[in-house]
Amino acid sequence: MSTHGPNMSEYSVFSLLKHTLSGHKNWKETWRSPAPKSHYDIIIVGGGGHGLATAYYLAKEHNLTNIAVLEKGWIGGGNMGRNTTIVRSNYMLEANTRFYEHSLKLWESLSQELNYNVMFSQRGVINLAHTPAQLDGFARRGNAMLLNGADAELLDRDEIARRCPGLDMSPDARFPIVGGMCQPRGGTARHDAVAWGYAHGADRLGVDIIENCEVTGFQMKDAQVCGVETTRGAITAGKVGVAVAGHTSQVMQKAGLERLPIESHLLQAFVSEPVKPLIDTVVTFGAGHLYISQSNKGGLVFGGDIDGYNSFAQRGNMPVIEDVAACAMTMFPNLGKIRLLRHWGGIMDMSMDGTPIISETPIQNLYLNGGWCYGGFKATPASGWCFAHLLATGTPHDLIKDFTLNRFERGYTIDEKGVGAQPRLH
Amino acid sequence: MKIECPFCGKRDHSEFTYKGDATVARPDHSEQDLDRWNDYVFQRTNPKGAHKEYWHHTNGCRKFLIVERDTISHKINSVTLVQGGGK
Repeated sequence: MSTHGPNMSEYSVFSLLKHTLSGHKNWKETWRSPAPKSHYDIIIVGGGGHGLATAYYLAKEHNLTNIAVLEKGWIGGGNMGRNTTIVRSNYMLEANTRFYEHSLKLWESLSQELNYNVMFSQRGVINLAHTPAQLDGFARRGNAMLLNGADAELLDRDEIARRCPGLDMSPDARFPIVGGMCQPRGGTARHDAVAWGYAHGADRLGVDIIENCEVTGFQMKDAQVCGVETTRGAITAGKVGVAVAGHTSQVMQKAGLERLPIESHLLQAFVSEPVKPLIDTVVTFGAGHLYISQSNKGGLVFGGDIDGYNSFAQRGNMPVIEDVAACAMTMFPNLGKIRLLRHWGGIMDMSMDGTPIISETPIQNLYLNGGWCYGGFKATPASGWCFAHLLATGTPHDLIKDFTLNRFERGYTIDEKGVGAQPRLH
Repeated sequence: MKIECPFCGKRDHSEFTYKGDATVARPDHSEQDLDRWNDYVFQRTNPKGAHKEYWHHTNGCRKFLIVERDTISHKINSVTLVQGGGK
């Protein structure tokens, strides 16, 4: 096991050729399956993208290696393996733009960083505008992005028509398209590969990734967390970081935090049968809610709103399916002949202001990374990077100083949408 | 999912608007304690299982309802009117 960084020769064209000659029978496992030790300096609860990225950066940036990631299922089996894979930093509020722009910069070198191809494709993210006022709003947001170091360009109607040939551009459409905004550096990535890449990178730096290990409780001493109870036995720890998305409330309740500014809601997403190249960017509808792109396999990947009421069902209801289908057809009328291949529902930790929480908690040695709503995928690198910094140093990095858990009681919510307290925001 | 409205009978939930957790109580207008407002506006128990919640029969009788629903199975155990204290 290397302690000097991931083995950069492990995956390369040469290793591929070498293993081809031996019939691909001698590849090493992508990550080990160690038995849990009795003690770790830091335990991360949740082996999704954020948890794995946190462990990776703890080892890589802070030289901490006595670290475990505990996952109740298997790596890539949660929301990390079920999302619409969109990466962007097109926010307006400074706290958000700066954080997500840092994330986008990490995305741009992630495949090289991890020696694992995460298939990050900067195909651009286009937001459609259907009224001149909406286009003005995009100009304002684009300017805010430029001021915070992100990229943005305003597109007129003709340019939208040129870039997205399938769109209904007719003036008598129900919501005629007048223009839009593009973030050219945005795009998509292969979600599974991100999970596997971070797991691989963390493992090679000495992190123990322990699957089928559910945290059932916390060990407390003098009102401080000093370990966890799991389905694979008790493990003591110096610090515990929780990054479990939809079940944040349930896990934190085990530590005695009964109430959080979070509700769990269900988001559905859809994949069509594979078709020839049709959409070579990411497009979002501005008169309803729909985001769509085409995967490398040719399937159209799209989604819309959350179901709208608290849910842990992991399966969706019909009204949202109808709404998403109607939005998709309004934008791209030619989708009407395409069949759905599959669709799924995942549980989102919807925060009360639509902004994530990366923070210390009222309980010492217990840290929280959650409230990602349904925008957590694009944040994966920066979320892990910042959470690792918080866990290693005990102080929040400047990028997340506003993402505190107590911002709600202090009156410092970060309400990107500007609609007040409700757990239904992006 | 269907909700049995006390006035209109069993109707598809798309006729209703979800209004959130019915266990949080709004403090009195004159309440000065900010912690109580924080509790009411932001903090939620978010149960996995039995959940007491408000629904509004927007495209029906327009009555506000208290629905007891399981957040895992969507099984609805009771529907009562908010008017009259949910009895």
